[in-house]
Amino acid sequence: MATTASHETSHGHHEESFWRKYVFSTDHKVIGIQYGLTSLVFLFFGFTLIMLMRWQLAYPGEPIPIFGFLFGEETMPGGVMLPEFYNQLGAMHGTIMVFLGIVPLAVGAFGNYVVPLQIGAPDMAFPKLNMASYWVFFCGGVVMLASFWFPGGAAKAGWTSYPPLANIETTGQTMWLIGMTFLITSSLLGAVNFLTTIIQLRAPGMTYWRMSFFCWSQFVTSFLLLLAFPPLQAAGILQLMDRVGGTSFFMPTGLVVSGQALDIAGGGSPLLWQHLFWFLAHPEVYVLILPALGIVADIIANNTRKPLWGFKSMVYALIFLGFMSFIVWAHHMFITGMGTAISTFFQLTTMIISIPSVIILSALFISLWGGAIRFTTPMLFALGFLPMFGIGGLTGLPLGLAPPDIHLHDTYYVIGHFHYVVAPGTIIAMFAGIYYWFPKMTGRKMNDTLAKIHFWGTIICMNLIFMPMFIQGMAGVSRRLWDAGAQYTFAEPTLHWNVTMSHAAWLMGIIQFIFIWNLFYSIKKGEKVSDNPWEATTLEWSATTSPPLGHGNFEVVPTVYRDAYEYSVPGSSKDFTPQNEPGEKESVREEA
Amino acid sequence: MEIPYTTTARPDTGLYNAKIGIWLFLASEVMLFGGLFSAYIFLRIGAPEWPGTILGENFASSFDVLSVPIGTFNTMVLIASSVTVVMAWAQLMLKDFKKFRYYMGLTILLAMVFLVVKGFEYNDKFVHGYFPAEGTFLAVYFTLTGLHGLHVLGGVVVMAYLWGPGAKMWETNPQQFTNRVEVAGLYWHFVDLVWIFLFPTIYLL
Ligand code: HEM
Ligand SMILES: [Cu+2]
Repeated sequence: MATTASHETSHGHHEESFWRKYVFSTDHKVIGIQYGLTSLVFLFFGFTLIMLMRWQLAYPGEPIPIFGFLFGEETMPGGVMLPEFYNQLGAMHGTIMVFLGIVPLAVGAFGNYVVPLQIGAPDMAFPKLNMASYWVFFCGGVVMLASFWFPGGAAKAGWTSYPPLANIETTGQTMWLIGMTFLITSSLLGAVNFLTTIIQLRAPGMTYWRMSFFCWSQFVTSFLLLLAFPPLQAAGILQLMDRVGGTSFFMPTGLVVSGQALDIAGGGSPLLWQHLFWFLAHPEVYVLILPALGIVADIIANNTRKPLWGFKSMVYALIFLGFMSFIVWAHHMFITGMGTAISTFFQLTTMIISIPSVIILSALFISLWGGAIRFTTPMLFALGFLPMFGIGGLTGLPLGLAPPDIHLHDTYYVIGHFHYVVAPGTIIAMFAGIYYWFPKMTGRKMNDTLAKIHFWGTIICMNLIFMPMFIQGMAGVSRRLWDAGAQYTFAEPTLHWNVTMSHAAWLMGIIQFIFIWNLFYSIKKGEKVSDNPWEATTLEWSATTSPPLGHGNFEVVPTVYRDAYEYSVPGSSKDFTPQNEPGEKESVREEA
Repeated sequence: MEIPYTTTARPDTGLYNAKIGIWLFLASEVMLFGGLFSAYIFLRIGAPEWPGTILGENFASSFDVLSVPIGTFNTMVLIASSVTVVMAWAQLMLKDFKKFRYYMGLTILLAMVFLVVKGFEYNDKFVHGYFPAEGTFLAVYFTLTGLHGLHVLGGVVVMAYLWGPGAKMWETNPQQFTNRVEVAGLYWHFVDLVWIFLFPTIYLL
């Protein structure tokens, strides 16, 4: 209530209507929560799509019990999934998870809620733009969902939308392109806003080097969003022109489809799309992982009660990673027949980019060394993240070298690789973030026992789902096959894994209800906690009061005196020294 | 609640928020048009001849298809508008609101001249059956200039707002109004610059 009082004094109290306060709010905290809830819904929806597909993969051609009959004759006659529908689900799973799930959760939700608080800003630099970016994102989501009901259903050409296939698809693909335009616009508005906020609104004393690793990760991520998305927008415009305007940007001369020559001018190139797409999509995968690293870094420092090991190297590695991510894209295209010179270049850059990733991961591991680790719930998730991200990253190396990649490309190995980074990696880190900042949003903690069940259940299931993918992939099983590969004899010995994987996926789906219950139950009934329950040093905990925080965040603008992670400062009476605590002993970070 | 540095510059960066915002936005625009230009180069390198055959007729060079005098005229119009938009902003700095209106009005007028001329150019192509679908050259021409045209249109809307209803802010917060005009001007220079790249690449090369 103290916040409302200060709010009043600052510029006269006025009662905000429900709509202004919760729906069309310009408060970054409310927008962050809107992003969070929306993207969690999308995540679960995207996961539901894959749970359906996993039935088809485990039991190809058999009717899906109960759920199969909820769908129409056009998609699942007699409960059996048609290949066309399988393709829709696959394409939309990827699209939804990446663009409507993880990015808005990692950046829109955590970035929005936490960054202004951590840098000591009253809000984002452009609050109205912030609201606009949420609603544009929302529209994009609606367009994507609506596309399922168009003639021919949703997009079927994969989340990568390669032409010529994507060009000759049904209307769903056009909807996909329009939806993407919304999402790209939204992330552009968001990126401009985050960057301006971080550059302009840091509180007095909050130098760049005093920012938390989380803020740094959001900073670099925003640059990636700002600069990588526009080329995809360009590609999207061209594909839209191809589909609606009859042009042939991506259509080669003399293309024959189903035995019929297409009536087009030709002269275009399908490879052009791949270049433009991956120019976005490689940086995009770093958009998926960097915020996760940021969250994990904050939590590890907080729970080891030590400053992060090699903080400066981590930041330099982060910046280098952001830069390099723009010049590795063609490692997704080794089998397109590129010359050896170009292939050598991209193999080299891909090997180089793994160095900063390894630096960050190693620094996080070393940070654990000698710490008095508190096994809190967020820490459990953060610790789970480290080896999982390790597996994901290491399995990327063979893919970055053309000779093994020619064998592994477009197999389940690739699917295993990136899911290890994104699922037990990023998603686990997102959960860590939710458990960590939940008390900031609600003043209560989520239930620890339920959280532990959630953690072990999720992480075990994830490994059961994704580990066998490496085995299948190395055996040569291709991705995107409706029959899971049953038509190939070489796939035979590994296909039994599909049953295990599917059961693990469904079990994991059920386990998520524990989380959902915990989330909603704890909002009202969770254990009440103090202003700074984790005894953290960063401003969002140390310089604000308990929720609900008023619009404007801080009662007094905090002044920052020290680095982000001053835990266990020698000679201090407590084991954490908040950033806004003045003192004779400032900043003890050893200059590495 | 006040957001700091909406009107005044932050001492260490020397910029107010919107100015950083517009520069970042323009950086992303550079990537957008950069992507399209790269696409153009990619397709052109792969094309056996350029512009090549359109509706059965073979063209050896771009200026046989497009009218260079009209393109040059439009280039001049946009360059002039870039000057007038700076003048408009300068008048605000001199606290001469009337002259601001005059120059801003002139800028909007020039932008509209550009669009009308472009419209005639398009129409001239359409009546001869030259549509984007007729080949890569026309596809590139229409898509790139069309997207640029949308940017011009966006600029007209923003500047018309600042000329009309938005100008009320001059009474209440002249500093912020001046900033807005400056930011709009930066955007306008960018739109101009894109055309200065587009014109030679599409019309002349
Ligand atoms: C650290 C080192 C990494 C390396 C060397 C690496 C390398 C690669 C390579 C070469 C491919 C292409 C494989 C193919 O299609 O044949 C690939 C695919 C992929 N990677 Fe990574 N990667 C790394 C980390 C990551 C991270 C951090 C993420 C993100 C969260 C990620 C997400 C993806 C995705 C989504 C794909 C597949 C895209 C698709 O084809 O649908 N990777 N990786
Ligand atoms: Cu990549």
